[in-house]
Amino acid sequence: MSDLRIFVPGDAAAVAVGADEVARTIEATAERIRTQVTVVRNGSRGLHWLEPMVEVETATGRIAYGPVGVAEAESVLRAAADNAGAHPLRLGRPEEIPFLKNQTRLTFARCGIVDPRSLDDYRAHGGYKGLERALAMTALAVVEEVTQSGLRGRGGAGFPTGIKWKTVAETAADQKYIVCNADEGDSGTFADRMIMEGDPFVLVEGMTIAGLAVGATQGYIYVRSEYPHAVAVLSDAIRTARKGGLLGDNVAGSQLTFDLEVRVGAGAYVCGEETALLDSLEGKRGMVRAKPPLPAHKGLFGKPTVINNVLSLATVPIILEKGAVFYKEFGMGRSRGTMPIQLAGNIKYPGLYETAFGVTLGELVEHIGGGTATGRPVRAVQVGGPLGAYFPRSLFDVPFDYEAFAKADGLIGHGGIVVFDDSVDMAKQARFAMEFCAIESCGKCTPCRVGSTRGVEVIDRIIANRDRVANTALLEDLCNTMKFGSLCALGGFTPYPVMSALTHFPEDFGAPPRLQAAE
Amino acid sequence: MPLSAPWNPDTARAIIIEKQTVPGGLLPILHALQEEFGYIDREAVRLIADILNLSRAEVHGVVTFYHDFRQRPAGQHVFKLCRAESCQARGGDALAARASARLGVAFGDTTADGRVTLEPVYCLGLCSVSPAAMLDGKVVARLDEKKLDALLAEAER
Repeated sequence: MSDLRIFVPGDAAAVAVGADEVARTIEATAERIRTQVTVVRNGSRGLHWLEPMVEVETATGRIAYGPVGVAEAESVLRAAADNAGAHPLRLGRPEEIPFLKNQTRLTFARCGIVDPRSLDDYRAHGGYKGLERALAMTALAVVEEVTQSGLRGRGGAGFPTGIKWKTVAETAADQKYIVCNADEGDSGTFADRMIMEGDPFVLVEGMTIAGLAVGATQGYIYVRSEYPHAVAVLSDAIRTARKGGLLGDNVAGSQLTFDLEVRVGAGAYVCGEETALLDSLEGKRGMVRAKPPLPAHKGLFGKPTVINNVLSLATVPIILEKGAVFYKEFGMGRSRGTMPIQLAGNIKYPGLYETAFGVTLGELVEHIGGGTATGRPVRAVQVGGPLGAYFPRSLFDVPFDYEAFAKADGLIGHGGIVVFDDSVDMAKQARFAMEFCAIESCGKCTPCRVGSTRGVEVIDRIIANRDRVANTALLEDLCNTMKFGSLCALGGFTPYPVMSALTHFPEDFGAPPRLQAAE
Repeated sequence: MPLSAPWNPDTARAIIIEKQTVPGGLLPILHALQEEFGYIDREAVRLIADILNLSRAEVHGVVTFYHDFRQRPAGQHVFKLCRAESCQARGGDALAARASARLGVAFGDTTADGRVTLEPVYCLGLCSVSPAAMLDGKVVARLDEKKLDALLAEAER
């Protein structure tokens, strides 16, 4: 009889709530009760309130149990070994849990299912079909396929990925690069981390296809140092892919040469900005560069460079496998495909929710997310990280779409949603936005470097009720200067959280409450 | 946390020379030096400048730009508590105040006995299980007062 296969996520979020200890307990218990068990450290399915979520393989699919603590590990193992039997923590088939069932998983199709350390498992679940098809196409046709899919930069800017690739493809040079921006610094976001830890080969494959499309032979994945688990899994995947003939010379037996290297950041938020990231990769201070020249013309080491977010690159394989038309059919307006949305903060059902663009903010927070974890009313929701706007409930009908969010003076950014209950002090949040900008500013441009510090001071005066009206006008003016005068999104977008807090929650700044339209 | 080796210029030189030809290798070099010694010694800056043919100002500029690089050794344990929005939404500020009061140091400082360095971190990507922290590279989440106290006790031992 073959071993019982038990899945205990090795995802950092699961590990942070005890998954390693649970895995060890299961292994030790199995030995004691003489049951042959293989523990697979899969990625997370993204149902994070259920982590550590343990799954057992049966002839008819997997059965999940969760959240499993060390105390329950033994009884769960016994139940699992008894034909995936009854247990108070038994959740049934994970695919049938509504949170997962109602998703459209394209980018995250394999995350939580496969063994992230196994290339064979990746291939058994459709991996490398995208590259296979790409290798049979011309480079130009690959770029065209990505353009036609409507894929836009998932890092936040939403720039069409295919156009970026086309520019690099058309720029002649002796050396070109593919750079993956894995400096996922926004609070409330963890999708990049999850895919790197749960399905690293999809990123390797996506970058290989990018290399083929634009004629680049070297790629770098710049991962933030706060993600040691992701660094380990990715480095392992790169070694395995190289050994399997999928990186290096003659990729998959073709004429293609492409190799990858992981580089680790050093705790600078601004390095998530693409040009600062390139400077950092070059071994310099992570200073933002003025554009032009575009990285597509003069990027890493002055060479034409594709720089894309993890999710953009990890979505490329499925686009190549299933075709642009398949991908484009999801979504709304100019936001095509799916977005891996991350539900975080004070929310009952936190986790990863991949769905087609168009779902409303209210649906995400109230229905899918189940409202707050504390049970208190939702008061504000920050979308898109520390540079994203705070939305009040009155704007919950805004659909998740690049243009719709821009119209509501916000941004979807990298798709992170942080929920706050009614105990939040929005003046404090606005102050934090300025403070964070001051801490992380690269210092190159004045509006960001000086403006953020002055911003903290002005908000302090407003909070202390010193010349409140005049200082509020000053803050608005300062935000305007930062928004239009900063070199990059750090200084340029910090006004979003500040102004949205001030506009939607004036009472927290000592002003009379805003008259809301009847809900 | 593995104990760092005492500063040794010969080891440092070997580390730098090993990565000398890595394109844009300054960050990998600094990471390797910090891994070995626990911080970036002043003398290391001079060595790097010599070997990579950079000015000392350039190297110093890089060392001081990034939050990760230390110019003096940290405490025996490093406790990083996330101070970003998602953790704020789950009571992170109160935990931060508690950690600071219990250790008797401000964020960025090391306890007088040299045991614990308390640092802020702006997001560990564990926002779905906030509040989160990292003790010597080990991640811990769904923190509450009890869990925090236990972690700090572990660090202080």
